[in-house]
Amino acid sequence: MIKTIELSKTFGENTVLKDITTTINQGEVVAVIGPSGSGKSTFLRCLNLLENPSKGYIWINEKEISNPKINKLDIRKNIGMVFQHFHLFPHMTVLENVMYAPIKVKNTKKDLAEKIGKELLAKVGLTDKIDAYPSRLSGGQKQRVAIARALAMDPEIMLFDEPTSALDPEMVKEVLDVMKDLAQTGMTMVVVTHEMNFAREVADRIIFMDDGKIMEEGNPKEFFSNPNTKRAADFLSKVL
Amino acid sequence: MNLDFSQIVPSIPFILEGIGATLKFVSVSIIFGLVLGTGLALLKISNKKWMKWPADIYTSIFRGTPLILQLMIIHFAIPQLFYYDIPVFLSAVLAFGLNSAAYVSEIIRAGILAVDKGQVEAAEALGVSYRPMMINIILPQATKNILPAMMNEFITLTKESALVSTIGYMDLMRRAEIVGAQIYRNFEPLLFAGIIYWVMIFILTNIGSWVERRLRQSD
Ligand SMILES: Nc1ncnc2c1ncn2[C@@H]1O[C@H](COP(=O)(O)OP(=O)(O)OP(=O)(O)O)[C@@H](O)[C@H]1O
Ligand SMILES: [Mg+2]
Repeated sequence: MIKTIELSKTFGENTVLKDITTTINQGEVVAVIGPSGSGKSTFLRCLNLLENPSKGYIWINEKEISNPKINKLDIRKNIGMVFQHFHLFPHMTVLENVMYAPIKVKNTKKDLAEKIGKELLAKVGLTDKIDAYPSRLSGGQKQRVAIARALAMDPEIMLFDEPTSALDPEMVKEVLDVMKDLAQTGMTMVVVTHEMNFAREVADRIIFMDDGKIMEEGNPKEFFSNPNTKRAADFLSKVL
Repeated sequence: MNLDFSQIVPSIPFILEGIGATLKFVSVSIIFGLVLGTGLALLKISNKKWMKWPADIYTSIFRGTPLILQLMIIHFAIPQLFYYDIPVFLSAVLAFGLNSAAYVSEIIRAGILAVDKGQVEAAEALGVSYRPMMINIILPQATKNILPAMMNEFITLTKESALVSTIGYMDLMRRAEIVGAQIYRNFEPLLFAGIIYWVMIFILTNIGSWVERRLRQSD
């Protein structure tokens, strides 16, 4: 479970997150949508402390992680993140990418890490690529490796920051399919996305952000057919 | 034209011995500079100010003054303060090593900073701590940016090494000068030394291009 209370983030003079209060339950899939610059990435990056919150509180399960004394690395072990631009380790093969963190961070035995890695890569449909280097993969394949790499840490929560935005259109589906499967396993997922169909079909809830605030949140059917705020309606009319 | 190479023939072994002398102090200086420079670079990329500024000041001093002045200060001025006669080899290695460290630290710093920020974030998001992140993820990628510039630094250092002749270190340059003084002809021994320098640099340059080609292949 993720809970934020009046979470704010300021860069210099610029307050980009304003009093975000929300709860994301275990197993819930939340799609975060909103115009560019509305603070979606910043919100996501606060949840695994890639950004330090300026104000407010974040709880992950029973732990208050906004406490400055918290061990960030410990928190992140339990929260996977997938980036728009993949950020695979280019000097490691696909399998090495997936095995690296379990071995270094969780002291998993090499054999076991390899077994887990191969299973995960099979799940995302990349068994034939395990010995390839990332530069040899298509965007969709890279992103599936990135998802497997995050899952290899066996996290409770997965964060996705526009995982399909850097992909050619024909590769979007293969990544979304992997994410759909993941959602069905009961993974808690927070997904910043421009894929409205994905948000509508897969998400349990939509969080609509604008200008650093949550303007509206609710279940996808209602949100898409009948948004409560004018901002949301304007946004939807542009993207749908 | 007044040229007579036969006169330097007896002195050729004497001059050639200078190759070893030059290479010896150049390689010790390079290693010294590399170790110190790496340490300085790590200080420079730290986000703690008190670690950064000593390294920055160090770099500014050694890059902002002439190498020959640094050499003179180490060999002549510091002994005056401490009544200690410093051996020429030690002065040479200290001056060139300390000076090179400043350049090396900049090369390494720039090489590390040129690695995509996303790599750090990906490692951090996986819970990888600073040391393994540096050693396993950042430095292997930084090496590609660093190696070509580092080869240049070694070449420059080898060339500039002739400066140590001014404090009497018996390197290639100094030996050529001595022979010149003995036979009252400067052109031949200097030309001879020049050719040897050129060959050494030529070899280093080729090693450098080879390294660069290898790096590009692995992309
Ligand atoms: N590290 C930073 N330093 C300063 N300002 C930042 C930083 N990161 C983000 N911002 C600013 O915060 C605001 C929100 O950025 P954020 O990346 O969270 O938006 P976003 O909703 O993810 O947008 P997009 O859809 O374009 O990705 C922007 O105005 C951005 O310029
Ligand atoms: Mg964003």
